[in-house]
Amino acid sequence: MTNKALSAGIQAFAGIGAGAIGLFAVIGRVTLFAWQTVVRSVTPPYYPMRLLEQLLHIGWYSLPVVGLTAIFTGAALAQQIYVGGSRLSAQSAVPAIVVIGIVRELGPVLVGLMVAGRVSSSMAAEIGTMRVTEQLDALATLRTDPYRFLIAPRLFASVIALPILVLIANAIGVFGGYLLSVYKLGFNAVPYLETTRRVFQADDLIMSMVKAAVFGFFIALMGCYHGFRSAGGAAGVGKATTNAVVSAFVMILLANLLITIAAFG
Amino acid sequence: MSVKIVLRDVAKSFGGNVVLDGLNLDIEAGESIAVIGQSGTGKSVLIKCILGLFAPDRGSILIDGEEMARASERTRERLRAKFGMLFQGGALFDSMPVWRNVTFGLTQGRMLNAAKMRAVAEENLERVGLGREILDLRPSELSGGMQKRVGLARAIAPRPDIILFDEPTTGLDPIRADVINHLICSLVEDLGITALTITHDMVSARKIAHRVAMLYAGRIIWHGPRDRLYDSGNPYVDQFVLGHAEGPIK
Repeated sequence: MTNKALSAGIQAFAGIGAGAIGLFAVIGRVTLFAWQTVVRSVTPPYYPMRLLEQLLHIGWYSLPVVGLTAIFTGAALAQQIYVGGSRLSAQSAVPAIVVIGIVRELGPVLVGLMVAGRVSSSMAAEIGTMRVTEQLDALATLRTDPYRFLIAPRLFASVIALPILVLIANAIGVFGGYLLSVYKLGFNAVPYLETTRRVFQADDLIMSMVKAAVFGFFIALMGCYHGFRSAGGAAGVGKATTNAVVSAFVMILLANLLITIAAFG
Repeated sequence: MSVKIVLRDVAKSFGGNVVLDGLNLDIEAGESIAVIGQSGTGKSVLIKCILGLFAPDRGSILIDGEEMARASERTRERLRAKFGMLFQGGALFDSMPVWRNVTFGLTQGRMLNAAKMRAVAEENLERVGLGREILDLRPSELSGGMQKRVGLARAIAPRPDIILFDEPTTGLDPIRADVINHLICSLVEDLGITALTITHDMVSARKIAHRVAMLYAGRIIWHGPRDRLYDSGNPYVDQFVLGHAEGPIK
């Protein structure tokens, strides 16, 4: 092997090594950020009004987009299952698969993604702007801990709001499937609801809520972390916003897979 | 006079970029000092080190004899209670009305007695020449000069011992800049506050400071009374204050 080829090989390994070190550094920083937020949030001062504001922002104002997403997805799912099931003469499986599909999977994942798009971005933009305009430094000079004042209310509000949103989305999604099945596909209402009730299990709902709480944690964590570390003016805030949404999406999908495998694998 | 702030051999780097390199400075109680220097020479880093927002790589920062540089978070928070800070851009919280901004140092953002806090805000706004009609406005509804004055009202509301001013007149027209200079002078005189101003506005430095220090290459290379600013005998200071392109500063 020539020296040139050897050098190119070492360069390739160096690139992989640098990437791996960079990844672990980011994981370490995010973990430390989350740990600091949780540890500081258990000691006073507490900001209950900030928590309520964030609950309103994350929960209440996300309801329209969550409701629309759920009803359209529930209806489309029913249509797809009906068409796919007809190839196997299994059209009667529509109510069962709609309720399982929505509650176990689509409800939490779609709500997580929709809220991530809406909330992670706004958190990153708001906190990022505070960073580049020195408002975070101003908080510290006014003896106010940004972790307690800004991050903790967002993190806890997101963890509380997401399960509630997913609960509502599950109900609306199943209702969307019901509407399409009864008014377009010709199902009888009473047997449809009876099958839905029979197939639906409390474990499915618990799993849905667990997923929602985990997704809520990652949505706020990614939004706050990227905003907190943003630098470089408007361009830096824009980059932080994009990174917040992309990383929240990835974390939601990864967490969903891991929880699903852990629970049903 | 007792020494309020002592900086000894303070060094701070970011990556390979050495910003402060063994800086020494004493600031006496009740004194107003201006630190001048080119943009990017570490003036803002100096202020953030004094406030404990940046930990210096080396050296000592004493506030009333207590070490800030290696203090615990709790100690830093306690020492910060001695400070007020006027940021270059105001750094007002744009999600809050003016009255909550002004009283933030007293409430730390909590919803305390609103009527009392509005009265406190009004009193402090009056001190900086602003009226009660702006109490409920958002910072984005104020002009740049008004934002600076609200920032000043916020800085003095907790009655600090020391105020730090980061480029207080940058971006203001000469008349507004003079209003801010007057305010700073009156605060230092009336309230007996120790003031550290970083600026590259020579008019402002000569007006508000008892003493001027020049920061260059991470160190204080000259300091003296404001009257000596244009007669320092230091070629770096001469070039800077006269604004010459030619000279030892490249």
